[in-house]
Amino acid sequence: MSNLGEIISRNEEAIRADWMKHMTSSVQRADLISKVELEEQSKDLLKAIVRGVSSGQPDDPSGPAWSTARELLQDISASRARQGFTPSETATFVLSLKQPLLAVIRRDLSGSQDELFDAIWKSTALLDKLSLITIETFMATREEVISRQQQELLELSTPVVKLWDGILALPIIGTLDSSRTQVVMEELLQTVVATNSRFAIIDITGVPTVDTLVAQHLLKTITAARLMGAECIISGVRPQIAQTIVHLGINLEDVITKAKLADAFALALQKSGRTVVRVSGAPSGNAVTATLQKEG
Amino acid sequence: MERIPILRMGPFLLITIQVDMHDKLAMQLQDDVAQRISDWGSSGVLIDISSLEIVDSFIGRMLANIAAMSRVLGADTVVVGMQPAVAITLVELGMSLPGVRTALNVESGMELLYGTLGTYLGAAHDRSEV
Repeated sequence: MSNLGEIISRNEEAIRADWMKHMTSSVQRADLISKVELEEQSKDLLKAIVRGVSSGQPDDPSGPAWSTARELLQDISASRARQGFTPSETATFVLSLKQPLLAVIRRDLSGSQDELFDAIWKSTALLDKLSLITIETFMATREEVISRQQQELLELSTPVVKLWDGILALPIIGTLDSSRTQVVMEELLQTVVATNSRFAIIDITGVPTVDTLVAQHLLKTITAARLMGAECIISGVRPQIAQTIVHLGINLEDVITKAKLADAFALALQKSGRTVVRVSGAPSGNAVTATLQKEG
Repeated sequence: MERIPILRMGPFLLITIQVDMHDKLAMQLQDDVAQRISDWGSSGVLIDISSLEIVDSFIGRMLANIAAMSRVLGADTVVVGMQPAVAITLVELGMSLPGVRTALNVESGMELLYGTLGTYLGAAHDRSEV
């Protein structure tokens, strides 16, 4: 069946020109990929396909002779997934080769009906398999991107900041699920030990909804901190969230809650025996001149 | 037999757990603490578990038991220096030790004990200056 390979390699230039023409409408996204790059990719891929077809298994792209073509396709579709192509745009890149290929086969084999049908069937099956490889790689790349982003989100969104000597703040952004709670809890407790802090303010301004599960996770964190000797204050309770908490019947009576982070910070200062006073003679409303004094 | 030493510091008992706790040791400690509080009339118990790295529900219950027992005998209990991993484990086991007071380290634990003693006795407040 080197017939097909012969036809392709003989008409390589014509096929490529025709392919580029067909691709223009559906695959060429001038905003995402340059024409030169696209031409380069098609040229390499067509060469690899010729090499595959000329080998022992012209219609089985999983064989060893196809390794170059497979790698090339995987590279191309992985880079498209990252560039933001849609799955159909990526698949059409390979599928748009069908028409130019069939046209060439029809011209060269018009003499024999059987040979013509055979070549058409083989090339169709081959291109379908190649496009499946494209889609599979595309999906795998997308999933890889998603899982990496999830991991990054998990690590980035839980900073523990030191507000004052012995007072920590933990602004939580996004919904608390079990795995995030675990990360948040460990991070907070480790910082409590490292900085020897007696107070930790958990700010939930960035938590969109608080349901029973989120509340339970919060309570777990607070209990663990209490066991270590640190006191937790929840701040950033928005009016809607306060209503939800009451409606769900969540018991937060053992926990100190405040509406604003500032209120919680003031309480923590007061509990650690400090107070904020304004330096006399300083212009009013200038918070920078405020100093902290330890109550005797 | 192996025992965990109980030190006397003025009106308080100081217990530092520096070995892996096993059940027999925990039982023995409970007996000893009760005995010492009643012998010496202590008003506070400070348990330092900063070297304790492995904890199970039995050890958790031992801590709660010691606190409850001490309260019956008129002494406050403060557990200090719990490691993050131990705290998480206890919470996951559902043991929040509601009757036990906690502090970050021995120093703040002692402050806590002197503070409660001050509110109880008033006159003893001078001790905190020592």
